[in-house]
Amino acid sequence: MIISIASGKGGTGKTTVAVNLALSLGADIQYFDCDVEEPNGHLFMNPEWKGHHAFSVSIPDVDEPTCSFCGKCGEICEYHAILPIKDHVLVFPELCHSCGGCWLVCPEGAISKKEREIGVIEEGVRDGVEFIHGKLNIGEVLAPPLIKAVKSAAKESHTVIIDAPPGTSCPVIEAVNGSDYIILVTEPTPFGLNDLKLAVEMVRLLKMEFGVIVNKAGIGNDDVYHYCEEENIPVLMKIPNDRKIAEAYSKGSMIIDIYPEYRETFTELYDTIVKATTS
Amino acid sequence: MKEIVIISGKGGTGKTTVTAAFASLAERKVMADCDVDAADLHLILEPEIRSQNEFSGGKRAEIRPEDCIECGKCIEVCHFDAIDQDYIIDPVACEGCGVCVWFCPAEAIDFDEAVNGEWYISDTRFGPLVHARLGIAEENSGKLVTLVRREAKALAEEQGLDYIIVDGAPGVGCPVISSITGANVVLIVTEPTLSGLHDLKRVASLASGHFDIPTFICINKHDINPEMTELIETFCHEQNLVLAGKIPYDAVVTDAMVHARTVIEHGNGQVADAIRNIWQRIVVE
Repeated sequence: MIISIASGKGGTGKTTVAVNLALSLGADIQYFDCDVEEPNGHLFMNPEWKGHHAFSVSIPDVDEPTCSFCGKCGEICEYHAILPIKDHVLVFPELCHSCGGCWLVCPEGAISKKEREIGVIEEGVRDGVEFIHGKLNIGEVLAPPLIKAVKSAAKESHTVIIDAPPGTSCPVIEAVNGSDYIILVTEPTPFGLNDLKLAVEMVRLLKMEFGVIVNKAGIGNDDVYHYCEEENIPVLMKIPNDRKIAEAYSKGSMIIDIYPEYRETFTELYDTIVKATTS
Repeated sequence: MKEIVIISGKGGTGKTTVTAAFASLAERKVMADCDVDAADLHLILEPEIRSQNEFSGGKRAEIRPEDCIECGKCIEVCHFDAIDQDYIIDPVACEGCGVCVWFCPAEAIDFDEAVNGEWYISDTRFGPLVHARLGIAEENSGKLVTLVRREAKALAEEQGLDYIIVDGAPGVGCPVISSITGANVVLIVTEPTLSGLHDLKRVASLASGHFDIPTFICINKHDINPEMTELIETFCHEQNLVLAGKIPYDAVVTDAMVHARTVIEHGNGQVADAIRNIWQRIVVE
């Protein structure tokens, strides 16, 4: 079973839900932080680090002596990442999507693949929960390949909890695709509601089961609840706007650290999701 | 003309609240919302759309079943596993690279410009706003961000305006890089939490380190964790980042949002004062 935690708006509490859920369940859990641009899960999980490796994508490596400067590589590339000029071939690595077009099309076999590091994958463990996150190198543009690599560590035997990036575009899709259930975390404010609607549009497009968690319940207004009712979206949990929770968060502590009874709440949340996905 | 881009690294730290307040404070400016896949600025600025335009950031491949000879070549060359055994291309997985189109021996794959979103030029009570909406699950947010900034700049030049105020996206990747490349000033809005500091370090090294753009920091809700605020101040000092100011936590921020007003319009108070000082600081430097 794969559960993704997503939200349109950033800073609504995705990581809070994901880490508390993962550690409340404990056994046979994998937690993947797929917010590779700004991963924060490790700050709360404090995993015991087990290993790390660089993550690379393939980019073209042109052997100019073999090149006939026919220009085909430049023609096939939709990303303007390879540009043959008179007697040179310029490669712009950060524009490359690793589609392979140039090395497949080259009639002289002058283009081979070479690896370019764009990030790192780090693994650890905390209280039996397997922790994996990706971290995109600063200045890199393309998050999706790294997200895909993090997700490839998923084990059939485990429940996988995916902490997705904010938004509704390609990195989010890469993170949540293939999940059995999506938890959308929002806050009861106009910004929260606006971005929740976008996130709902996204999960409906992907035809996925989902429910909503309202964080900081008590601030703003009731519009988010009215919206969920009208749209028949289950509100799975409300996390109150609690000064102690906010303070704990600011120091890297979890809800279950300060309110142990929340373990039960998160376990029930999991049971609800299991029921929703099997019915 | 000065282009000021507000970003945050971490989401939900108050970028849009600060940007909207700047709309109240700045004179002779155009506003631009570059958080194209979860835009919120319009909720406060309440734009009246003057022009609406389609955005095409790339092409999309589609197999014509009547011409497909099911040879398997497209499946073999696709690096994104976007084509299934029934020769249907998954539009979500497809990156629009066109490699399948090139190699299809039956020329059975269409490859047309896809509409990925829309962008608008609007009137607001604060002047013009350029904003956009990336289609759900779409790619090329960076290109749309670049387009929004280009249009905002053209407008500013045409009308002889002094400022372009840009609301950026969270993160450090594609849309953020497109938001800040070539900007005059970056303001990073952070919060005194462990996550806030962690993400600030990454996004500051992008803006200030990688792109060498003059970078200001503002700490929102600074009083929720004074020790963490101190750590952020130390970090700014060490990195030669200018601390433009600190904004206290106040329920007035959410209240202003609920009433679709900027915190400046919502009445004078400690938050409005703090943001006024930050604006002065950025403009003077």
